[in-house]
Amino acid sequence: MRRELLDIVRVEDIGPYRLLRLKRGRLESGIPGQFFMLAPPGRLLPRPMSLSLATRTELGFLIDPVGPGTKALTAVVRGERLNVLGPLGNGFRLDVERPLLVGGGIGVAPFPYLSERLSRPPAVLGFRSEAHAEAAALIPNAEVVVEPRLVTEAMPPGHDVLACGPEAMLRAVAGLAPGAQLAWEAPMACGYGGCYGCAVEICGELKRLCVEGPVLERAA
Amino acid sequence: MILNASGCLDALTAPEVAQSLDAFVTKTVTPLPREGNQPVRIAETDLGMVNSIGLANPGIDRFLADTLPQLLDLGVSVWVSVGGFGARDYAELCARLDDQPVAALELNVSCPNVSSPEEEVEEIVAAARGVTTKTLYAKLSPAVPDVGAAAAAAARAGADGLTLVNTIRGLALDERTLGPKLGPGVGGLSGPALRPIALAAVFTAYGATGLPIVGVGGVETGAHGLELIAAGASAFALGTVLFADPEAPLRVREELERVASARGFATPLAAYAAAHGGPPPTPLRRVA
Repeated sequence: MRRELLDIVRVEDIGPYRLLRLKRGRLESGIPGQFFMLAPPGRLLPRPMSLSLATRTELGFLIDPVGPGTKALTAVVRGERLNVLGPLGNGFRLDVERPLLVGGGIGVAPFPYLSERLSRPPAVLGFRSEAHAEAAALIPNAEVVVEPRLVTEAMPPGHDVLACGPEAMLRAVAGLAPGAQLAWEAPMACGYGGCYGCAVEICGELKRLCVEGPVLERAA
Repeated sequence: MILNASGCLDALTAPEVAQSLDAFVTKTVTPLPREGNQPVRIAETDLGMVNSIGLANPGIDRFLADTLPQLLDLGVSVWVSVGGFGARDYAELCARLDDQPVAALELNVSCPNVSSPEEEVEEIVAAARGVTTKTLYAKLSPAVPDVGAAAAAAARAGADGLTLVNTIRGLALDERTLGPKLGPGVGGLSGPALRPIALAAVFTAYGATGLPIVGVGGVETGAHGLELIAAGASAFALGTVLFADPEAPLRVREELERVASARGFATPLAAYAAAHGGPPPTPLRRVA
């Protein structure tokens, strides 16, 4: 568990989202689906973000500026620095034969990195608007659906599904693909097991998502 | 001495953080397992965070069989926080921990997220004192009419020390829906907003009892720790700051040495009770 102050290299608009590129420092990029705690300037608590891009010199995070923390994170400019802790949690299992990425909204955040690690598998991505769907450009081989169409209507059968998105989407995906690996989301204060704030109910049990997830394999 | 606030650190998922403290305080253990409250459990506000975890813990049986041996293997000094719904619960827990190699027992009589024990602090502390010779700290709430009276009651019943404070009830509302952000509605407020409240409670309890006190509430820097020591704390604990900065114990310790030295104190503890001036109060002790 390493925490480091990283330099902002660039902040790009991707539709309504923003892609934050940071100098990588000595942080490991980890396994796709793992997350980092990013400390927004002026806020008390860091925010969990899965890694979107990893190069030899940079780490990239795709962020939806919806609340005070994510707005503060995406208001940073080149030359400023952010405290980053990670990688944390359990990522996707990559030993799959026929991978299919299924994502919704900002849930596509880990997919550019995941797609690269899985050699560009097919993806089905759902967004609430054409503007949000601009994020699909970060992920190769993606079929894009925009509401009211849902990703579950476009999922081809017979794949090993790796999914990330809103809870309702994940539950629907699990219904269609019982063996799917699902990346869940919950508010977290620490990201390393201390606060017990990120408990989510999965299959009738409250699990501490930061240490048992965020990627969980639904019980068959 | 720098500890963690109970419920703010899991030594088994972050052993290096626990090992950077002078002692590790466990999450509160109850007689039976508790799954904890339904999500959402935490929310940030502009002045602190509110939480409603609900004392999630494996219960004393599994704690003794599984958790405690692993904690002891880490080589850290362990304080066990215990909680219940009546004096009998506290006595049972303390009795079962009495022969364990733990440094102290902390009686959590102040969690804002479960129904508060109806019995008075004095009854609970006395029940615990009757079954253990371990060092006993009573963790008190600041949300009582007279924290000095509560502290004095704990001292009379045989507490060796006090932990002040636990969180205080707070509510965070969703901007859009104006509904509570936390699943159970109201939670416990921690972080910077708690700092002056903790200082006042420590100041008052020191004056009322003279007992050793672990000060807890909004400490983010060494200067904050020094203020608690000056108010009458002989140690302090880090809580919410650990969530943002797992390296806080090392940083705060360095800052504490530096700010104490800059103010002319040979050691941080040389500032003990400096806010009170005059001679220290005679410690209140157990009434025979």
